[in-house]
Amino acid sequence: MSKEVRLMKGNEAIAHAAILYGVDGYFGYPITPQSEVLETLEAEMPWNTTGMVVLQAESEVASINMVYGGAATGKAVMTSSSSPGISLMQEGISYLAASELPALIVNVMRGGPGLGTIHPSQSDYFQATRGGGHGDYHLIVLAPASVQEMADFVALGFDLAFKYRTPSMILADGVVGQMMEKVVLPEPRPRRTEQQIAEQCPWAATGHSAGRKPNVVTSLELDSALMEKNNERFQETYRLIERNEVRYEAYHTDDAEYLIVAFGSIARICLKAIEDAREKGVKVGLIRPITLWPFPYDAIREASKHVKGILVVELNAGQMIEDVRLAVADPNMKIRHFGRMGGIVPNPSEITTALNLIMTNE
Amino acid sequence: MKQEIIIAGFGGQGVLSMGKILAYAALMDNLEVTWMPSYGPEQRGGTANVTVVLSDQPISSPIVDTFDVAVILNQQSLDKFEHAVRPGGILIFDPYGIHRMPQRTDIRIIPVKAMDTTIEMGNAKSYNMILLGALIKAAPSVSVDDVLKGLKKVLPERHHHLLPANEKALLRGMELVD
Repeated sequence: MSKEVRLMKGNEAIAHAAILYGVDGYFGYPITPQSEVLETLEAEMPWNTTGMVVLQAESEVASINMVYGGAATGKAVMTSSSSPGISLMQEGISYLAASELPALIVNVMRGGPGLGTIHPSQSDYFQATRGGGHGDYHLIVLAPASVQEMADFVALGFDLAFKYRTPSMILADGVVGQMMEKVVLPEPRPRRTEQQIAEQCPWAATGHSAGRKPNVVTSLELDSALMEKNNERFQETYRLIERNEVRYEAYHTDDAEYLIVAFGSIARICLKAIEDAREKGVKVGLIRPITLWPFPYDAIREASKHVKGILVVELNAGQMIEDVRLAVADPNMKIRHFGRMGGIVPNPSEITTALNLIMTNE
Repeated sequence: MKQEIIIAGFGGQGVLSMGKILAYAALMDNLEVTWMPSYGPEQRGGTANVTVVLSDQPISSPIVDTFDVAVILNQQSLDKFEHAVRPGGILIFDPYGIHRMPQRTDIRIIPVKAMDTTIEMGNAKSYNMILLGALIKAAPSVSVDDVLKGLKKVLPERHHHLLPANEKALLRGMELVD
């Protein structure tokens, strides 16, 4: 039934996948280029079918705190926004991380800084992968490159968030949010019952009869010794995630003389440039990190051993390139950046030009 | 088979919808397809364009530099995209409001008087369907049947009474190309 191949925008795919996953609540505020998430949810009216709550909050700050409240009760809750809106949410995201609450946050990035443009960008890489708000924390950050991945990462994001009790983020860009392509939506699964939630989330504020110790969900711990213990527990979780959850895709890296590292939709534009280069006999490979945190340091280090140079392509001034440098850890390796900013998306020939530069320049 | 198409004009001319119907037609034909819009914040006015890639193979990039076919609906878009048509490619344009005609000699240039035809047909909303008809006649990547099936998917059911008028415009557009 749901094996049907459909054509839709990445933003629409997120909304449909959320309903099918059995998400309990979505709280959001419209902003281009991700407004179709909320619009699709409202058009689908899942409150009549699965009982999912869809609420347009009065602001992004309200949305993320509604997510906090829902997550504290063990519900599968999410929000989505675009760059300026995600900045407004940072306090709430830090609280979610500190309270060890699972939730899904979708950022369909647009050109910044400030209000910037409504066009695609990847300039929130630092914000997403380094936590974003205050304090020592990480989000699990997933970077989709297709409408299919937009759909699939809803389930993956929630599964990982619940497994590790940490918020996860889909870090998309305006290209993958706005473009339409084919997608097969996941099989529907029912929303969890109250009893299933109580069993899966023994930490949650689910309400209880006399006898059970009250569950307190808070990020506040005024005793520094205890707060350090909390931090140590968070860090243990992050080390576990780093060991278990690194995801990436490698194309043509086996025989590559040059390597491109790119994430999200831009990786696909790079792939086109790589196809063109290979037609001319130039062996170029690509690593596309799927988890931006945890970052595929080992895979990139391994792939870099046989190449003459690395080109990092991003829709920003050079952010992921810092992680690539950390991964390669070789001062003699030629690592160059090519990026466009402010909402401009490069076409394949610009990437070809950047590739030619790295091949000819010392 | 791979066809990279750009449709470009003013917002409100039905540029994005035309690409969408084409994309759905490709879906009906089991082709791979990407539809990538580019437009400003305006609901109407401003420039709008959409890149549609159709292929029988998986599509890497939804964004390309050069095109097999360009459908051009205003002067700005003609200035911007005339040079982006691959040698041997096709440029379809509506001469209405165009003051500098296309100059290329290495591509097939097809003027389609879509605006005049909509006036003649008395249905301004059929503008983009006339051009879509011209497109699938000049560069047959999808069939008329698939376009009509695609249109049925794109058009909300409450507008399905408009399907015959759209079909008429599509067929009229096909007649405008030799």
